[in-house]
Amino acid sequence: MKRIIQMTVNGEPVELAIEPNRTLLQVLREDLELTGTKHGCGLGDCGACTVILDGAPVNSCLVLAVQANGREVLTIEGLEENGDLHPIQKAFVEKGAIQCGFCTSGMILSAKALLDHNPRPSEIDIRTAISGNLCRCTGYQKIVEAIQAASETMAGSGGDAR
Amino acid sequence: MKNKDKPPELQPFFDKNIAGDVVPSIGISMPRIDAYAKVTGRERYAADYYGFDMIWAGVKRAGIPHARLKSVNTQAAENLPGVIAVLTHKNISGSNRQGVIRKDQPVLVDDKVRHCGDAVALVLAEDKETLAKAIKLTSADFEPLPGVFTTETALEENAPLVHEDHPGGNVLLKASLEIGSVQSAKEHCDVLVEACFETPLVEHAYLETEAGWAQLKEDGKLEIVASTQTPFRDRMEVADALGLEPERIRMIAPYAGGAFGGKDGVTVQSLLGLAALHANGRPVKMWWSREESFIAGTKRHAARMYYRLGAKADGSLHSLDTRLYFDTGPYDHLGGVVITLALEHSGGPYRIPNVSFKGWAVYTNNPIGGAFRGFGVAQVTAAMEQMMDMLAEKLAMDPLKLRLKNAVRKGDKNCVGVTLTHSTGLVECLEAVARHPLWTERAAWKSKAGPFKRRGAGIVALMHASGYGPVVPDVANAKVELTAEGKIKVYCGVVDMGQGNAATNLQIAGSILCQNVDRIELILPDTDRTLPSGSASASRCTYTFGNALIGACETLKLRILQRAADLLMVDDCDETALIPGAVRHLPTGREIPLHRLATFMNESERTATQRFRAPTAKEIPPVGNEIRLHGFPHTLFSYGAHLVRVEVNELTGVVDVKRYLSVSDCGKIINPHVYEQQIQGAIAQGIGYALSEEVQVNEGKVLTADLATFIIPAASDVPEIESQPVEIYEPSGPYGLKGVGEIATNGPLPAIANAVADACGVRIFRSPLTPSRVLRALRERLSEGGVH
Repeated sequence: MKRIIQMTVNGEPVELAIEPNRTLLQVLREDLELTGTKHGCGLGDCGACTVILDGAPVNSCLVLAVQANGREVLTIEGLEENGDLHPIQKAFVEKGAIQCGFCTSGMILSAKALLDHNPRPSEIDIRTAISGNLCRCTGYQKIVEAIQAASETMAGSGGDAR
Repeated sequence: MKNKDKPPELQPFFDKNIAGDVVPSIGISMPRIDAYAKVTGRERYAADYYGFDMIWAGVKRAGIPHARLKSVNTQAAENLPGVIAVLTHKNISGSNRQGVIRKDQPVLVDDKVRHCGDAVALVLAEDKETLAKAIKLTSADFEPLPGVFTTETALEENAPLVHEDHPGGNVLLKASLEIGSVQSAKEHCDVLVEACFETPLVEHAYLETEAGWAQLKEDGKLEIVASTQTPFRDRMEVADALGLEPERIRMIAPYAGGAFGGKDGVTVQSLLGLAALHANGRPVKMWWSREESFIAGTKRHAARMYYRLGAKADGSLHSLDTRLYFDTGPYDHLGGVVITLALEHSGGPYRIPNVSFKGWAVYTNNPIGGAFRGFGVAQVTAAMEQMMDMLAEKLAMDPLKLRLKNAVRKGDKNCVGVTLTHSTGLVECLEAVARHPLWTERAAWKSKAGPFKRRGAGIVALMHASGYGPVVPDVANAKVELTAEGKIKVYCGVVDMGQGNAATNLQIAGSILCQNVDRIELILPDTDRTLPSGSASASRCTYTFGNALIGACETLKLRILQRAADLLMVDDCDETALIPGAVRHLPTGREIPLHRLATFMNESERTATQRFRAPTAKEIPPVGNEIRLHGFPHTLFSYGAHLVRVEVNELTGVVDVKRYLSVSDCGKIINPHVYEQQIQGAIAQGIGYALSEEVQVNEGKVLTADLATFIIPAASDVPEIESQPVEIYEPSGPYGLKGVGEIATNGPLPAIANAVADACGVRIFRSPLTPSRVLRALRERLSEGGVH
């Protein structure tokens, strides 16, 4: 039997009637058409489906949509502000941290969760924070550089309020 | 947010954040054009389509490695509400066979199951939940057959046959080459080194598993959107397998979410095509689960390689004898081509006067061996580069000096008898490593290892061929258009699976036509719109397509300038120049905007095309035509030298990769960022190959079908990678470029194995070098009374 849930997705209130066995990932991709959140394994191994739930990064394939009831979800689509890329997105573009791009959404959201809590992370902090996000293309080096660059930009501008 | 009524968007997304005022130029790091849509989540991959009225399709897999199919029981699934169709081989009116060289793989099994991942039935359902139930309800009656699960047993005289109709029995292809005489040469060698190496079966583990969607259009056209490296070849394969005219099929290839060879050839395409033919015009989506990708997708061939290398006392290589056994699984896929490329590279980038190389691609009932970045070269490099270190040790010679002494130079014959006529920068690469502090200061670094730690440094020399070899035409066809609106459209014929060639195409076109980024649009591979340009594989994408694109852009440029000169009523188009959005007459400063110029030109005048075929070796080495057909020999090679520093924990056996240096001769560089991406990413894959990645299979069944048991490197497993180019201009390449896509994958396994040997004095002949194997080797060394 379907359940009604209410959540905030990228700042917008959303009300949905959904089957209780569906994951947050499925609801985001299939019902809300937010296909920027990727499905890589469905088992919590790869991190491609990472979203930010009430400020913490989660594998949305391991969260039931009903568990997001009354909570706030941030996906990659919600990161731009007034059409401007978030500093982490901008750094990923400029530093060449993107190849196939399938890990990118999750990677950026893990990076955002890190920088929100630790604005000046060390390289080891960064590598640890994204170690749940697998990337098969880049070798991670440019991703680490991009997160370092973003942390400098964000610290320079007084941090990111969101 | 929800709008399911709109048709799926096929065009790549372009963001307003693009630095539109930038005019691309060659040799600079400019942000990849695809990065903007990827970084915002707007890019739509083949897996991202959820069209209106969409149906889900899925496959019933055999789950048994070798069996005769007696019947498929579809009734129970068909009775389930929400099931649209359950299809078997009886629903296929074509050849029901797929394959690049030898067409031996059924779309849906008709006579025999040959591995656990074989597709037995195709189910169409209204939603994923119903699909999963229906697949469970579908069953088959099998008569199990004894299987063959190792290359040794497959080659035994009375071994069960994987393909009864194959004249070679379980030998898909045997490749061999003899130059000089290893028999008599052995007597003239001062030192002989012998070893057998085993490398594992490896999964590509792209983040986007095999995916796509298809629809039978009202005009009868079958449209298939898939995550693929080979849209033009796919179209022919699907047409043949399903019994359709190729013109009826339109293949579209969006940006792929990683491929690395695993999408070189059909995965979902024929199944999707068949499903769409039975879907009453509704769009059908298929997306393999991670487990399915492990079970049914292709893999890097597991290999067993016997090496015997002989040299003179001064270190000059004199003879090499190899026997390579590659487990190709039940289908050719590209196994014959892989063993042929492996054979060609099995002696490495060295001059060796006497060689005897033999290679067997062997059918088994294991998962399918196929294309994987490195393409056979990763395996043989692992063997040859360890042999070089073992030889250096026996000769008490510096391993770098031994490599330099034997390294090929331009004008040399390589060890398979091909004269190197193109740029050959191996010596420069090795010399750069020799000068680097990571090499010169290694002794001091090693001596500072802490308690229960051992440190070591390892080096390797690399080469990797580019292109298809002498017979199969290595061709690209580029098309570029000045649109009626005065913009530039680049029709990309080669897929971008993540490596960035689409952005490089934009860089080339923008640079020649002097147009800024927002005046250029890329049309991604689409058999109805772009021109046939071969596969995204073989380190050939930008080399081959880039050359064609330069030609097309130069033609269009000349035509634009000539027409502008006519309209401006000036004599000589040499006095006109393209500027962003216009043509300017330089002596007077008068301009004609491109959108106005375009109105005076008809469509065919506004379009230019160019074909390029890659050069081939003119010499014919002593091999059979069959081997030439499979791509032997090549003429164009990239080169490299790698250095790694590792720290081995004697208590746990863990090998920690501390630093990595790659020096590469891949010609001149168009975009340094994209170049570094290829090197760094390939090295990370190679580190996984060296230390952790192994698809474990028992009697044909995959035991490690997820990313928790098949371990690929995470960010914390990869060290700082330094990448230095040796930029030697290659005259045949676009702006002097050679291929960079694969070469770096081949280095880490032998480099790390050499570094572990340097650290601990143990050599581990079976990879990956997992902690348990390292520990066992350390213990064996201790029990032998060895002192380090």
